[in-house]
Amino acid sequence: MISNFGNFLLFASIVLSLSIIYLSNKNLKLNGNQITKIIFQLSLIQSTLVVICFFTLIAAFIVSDFSLITVYQNSHSMKPIFYKITGTWGNHEGSLMLWVIILTIFSFLFLIYNKNHPKKFRLLTLIIQNILIIGFLFFILLNSNPFSPLSPIPKEGLGLNPILQDPALAIHPPLLYIGFVGSSIYFSAAIASLISNYSEKNFASSIKNWILISWSFQTLGILVGSIWAYYELGWGGFWFWDPVENASLLPWFAMTALFHSIIVFEKRNLFYFWVIILCLMTFILSVTGTFLVRSGILNSVHTFASDPTRGIYILSFLSLMIFGSVFLLFKKYKTENYNLNQNSKETFVLVNNWFMMFYLVTVLLGTIYPIFTDALSQNKISVGPPFYNAIIFPVVVIFLIFMAIGPNASWIKNKFDNIKLYFLILIGAILINLMIILFFKNFSILSNFIIISALFLILSSLKDFVISKKKNNLDLARIITHASFGFLVLFIGLNHISSVEKDYNMKIGEIKKFDNYSIEFKNLELKDFINYQAVVGEFEILKEKDRNILKPEIRIYSNPKTLTYEASIKTSFIKDYYLTMSNIDRSDYYNIKFQEKPFMIWIWLSVIMIVCGGLLRFFKNAKNS
Amino acid sequence: MQKIVKTIIFLIFLFILSVFFIGLNRDTNYNTANQINKEIPDFKVSYIDEENFFTKNDLRKNNFTLINFWASWCAPCRIEHPLLIRLSEEKNMKIVGVNFKDKKEHAKKFLGELGNPYDVSTKDMNGKQSVLFGIYGIPESILVNKELIVIKKFVGPLSVNDLNYIKEIIKQ
Amino acid sequence: MNIKYLLIILLVASQSIFASEKQIDPKEIQKNLRCLVCQGQSISDSNSDFAQTIKMVVDDLINEGLTEAEIYSFMSDKYGEWIVFKPQLNIQNLLLWILPYMALILGGFFIIRLFNTKNKITK
Repeated sequence: MISNFGNFLLFASIVLSLSIIYLSNKNLKLNGNQITKIIFQLSLIQSTLVVICFFTLIAAFIVSDFSLITVYQNSHSMKPIFYKITGTWGNHEGSLMLWVIILTIFSFLFLIYNKNHPKKFRLLTLIIQNILIIGFLFFILLNSNPFSPLSPIPKEGLGLNPILQDPALAIHPPLLYIGFVGSSIYFSAAIASLISNYSEKNFASSIKNWILISWSFQTLGILVGSIWAYYELGWGGFWFWDPVENASLLPWFAMTALFHSIIVFEKRNLFYFWVIILCLMTFILSVTGTFLVRSGILNSVHTFASDPTRGIYILSFLSLMIFGSVFLLFKKYKTENYNLNQNSKETFVLVNNWFMMFYLVTVLLGTIYPIFTDALSQNKISVGPPFYNAIIFPVVVIFLIFMAIGPNASWIKNKFDNIKLYFLILIGAILINLMIILFFKNFSILSNFIIISALFLILSSLKDFVISKKKNNLDLARIITHASFGFLVLFIGLNHISSVEKDYNMKIGEIKKFDNYSIEFKNLELKDFINYQAVVGEFEILKEKDRNILKPEIRIYSNPKTLTYEASIKTSFIKDYYLTMSNIDRSDYYNIKFQEKPFMIWIWLSVIMIVCGGLLRFFKNAKNS
Repeated sequence: MQKIVKTIIFLIFLFILSVFFIGLNRDTNYNTANQINKEIPDFKVSYIDEENFFTKNDLRKNNFTLINFWASWCAPCRIEHPLLIRLSEEKNMKIVGVNFKDKKEHAKKFLGELGNPYDVSTKDMNGKQSVLFGIYGIPESILVNKELIVIKKFVGPLSVNDLNYIKEIIKQ
Repeated sequence: MNIKYLLIILLVASQSIFASEKQIDPKEIQKNLRCLVCQGQSISDSNSDFAQTIKMVVDDLINEGLTEAEIYSFMSDKYGEWIVFKPQLNIQNLLLWILPYMALILGGFFIIRLFNTKNKITK
């Protein structure tokens, strides 16, 4: 019986975690720097058991074993096998298994990759991580068990929701989890470092690569989520400042700040307590995000179905984490001595952290403020894109300039080379911006500033590349990441100011014309597929000599009875054409939304390049050590 | 770190977590209670059978009025309809029906089939007048007193509890 | 002397940039209103019945000459603040609007404090 086997493995994992904690504690009391073999073995077995448990669940989905509630609620025998497999983690209970896998695997890997660090530090990290693991295993067993049995066994499952059958959505959770669940390991390491007073630079090198990996995957996960939203949700946007999106962004801000601060800590042994705070903050924000998304406390496009006991459990876990960390910090905090020069690289890292914390506070505030107004004054408010855009965009302008200048500051020293060169770059940026105005159209003052500073960052990075190639001290990873961030802002800005959007109600045969565009509703077809019927519209978009046919669909699924709207997207390097069609009740008019969105593909490419920079740095570090 | 800073930090976290806890127990369904205790807006709906208009002032002669927004194509409206029939027997209250985005023939057929509880039958073909009342889905009902102040707004089909509540209120 | 001319030219040029922003854009307003029966979509993005009605009402209000702020006020009066995506500037939302920039300024102070309290290295 799959159910019993799965439960057994879960229970065994708890026993293993407890044994690891017990043995590690015993080992701590011994002298010498040797960790007994059994601890390694138990950790390996623990990871293996959890992986087997996860595969057991996948197997249950593949064979459509509806005796498990989770399989019944989230799968269907007619689902394509790829989606049966990926559906395993597309639901609350299954995704918790993914949580535990990452917690345990990271725990084991951290143990074996840190041989050059003090035993006390390594064992304490292991102990704290296992406390987290036990917390989640208990959550699974007591509240959200994917192996919960169902009797009598239903003949068919409920889970055929077509919106969830998508490749991007399938890979999105694993990517994100390696990101923010992975941050658990440096949370545990930070606590271990505090307790064992391991505060030298070597602590930095033990967690540095873990921060890089989790950051890269977090970025990638956010990207894939946005791409999915763009292709699947049909409104043509990719970021809505929706609470679930924000939940993934908050740890990202902390990780970015952390990654920069750890460079300073490693180089100059400064900001130890700030690094610790960031390590703790990242995982705390991850769990907070999980709480916000799964407890049902917020209303969002993405929420899983909610259950109040879930929320209480996660909230209790979160509270323990927060108060535990806070009290430990209070106990161990010592003021540090700083010798800082204003124009040093250390300062610019602080500036990065400063801005990251600003973004973090803004997004956190915007996300949880409605909870406060609702709980305290019964008044429901919305905090949406207008708020975030108004607060964040002006600040991004200055941030980009700092991103350009910062990396070129020297460690410790106070001088600043090449101010003249920066002025030249600034003028270049302004000129390019002027050309953009002439070529496209007028746009707001703020957009002008954003584009200029994005160009400034890009051109500075180019300048850095040329100069450092000559001097042979090329930091390719940093240049790629910073430049790509500049490109990201540039393309988002250009996309925003030159997007075209038109909304029409049209009948078959009608042509709508505006500016130098024409949209003709040529045909409507009814097509039959295995599990759905599609109403396919054929539209011809004519822009001067450029002719494109787009075919948006209205899909009628029978099981479950859902209606989805599939956008027709024509991608090219210059722009995307985006067309959605929806029926109007009790009428033979259809509502057509046409959008022309320039540079969409460059937006995705920019983020991919950012990730590449991070991975490049990771591989370089791994090679060096 | 000074005692004060530590206490403040601790209290901030305690506050945030407490609010989260309170938030967990709140109902996430949205209820547009905004209009309660305010006077109903100036509206103009035409009678279902004629082109004349029915406005706010026509309600002043009633002690209580229940304005019910419905349509023949709305399934929950069928479910609540028997309760409306029962309410139509109340002497102290008149029921005004606003037929929402519907076709006259379908509406008449619906009323013929299930009975007509409405003292006044009006229609809102494009739904724009209903927006003035803060209607966002149907069925919805608004209970109004003689001074045209909104006493309660019922979102969704009326339940038996709602029925009893209304009966209590209109006794006064 | 030259700077004055430059400023005048800039002012004239900037008028053309500002001018295009004066008209009310119904799409902007629709994007800022929440579809109450959808899962977080805006009126602009939604095809629901409710969204269609609100779009018509917004067009009517624009034709009646209401400003953008007045339209939002109208909508929140009928449906509550939840329908508007931009939190209104009132006492309840004061903290929301102020805290981010306060945090920014506070952070700045922290950093500057780091410079002032310790000795500077001269070489």
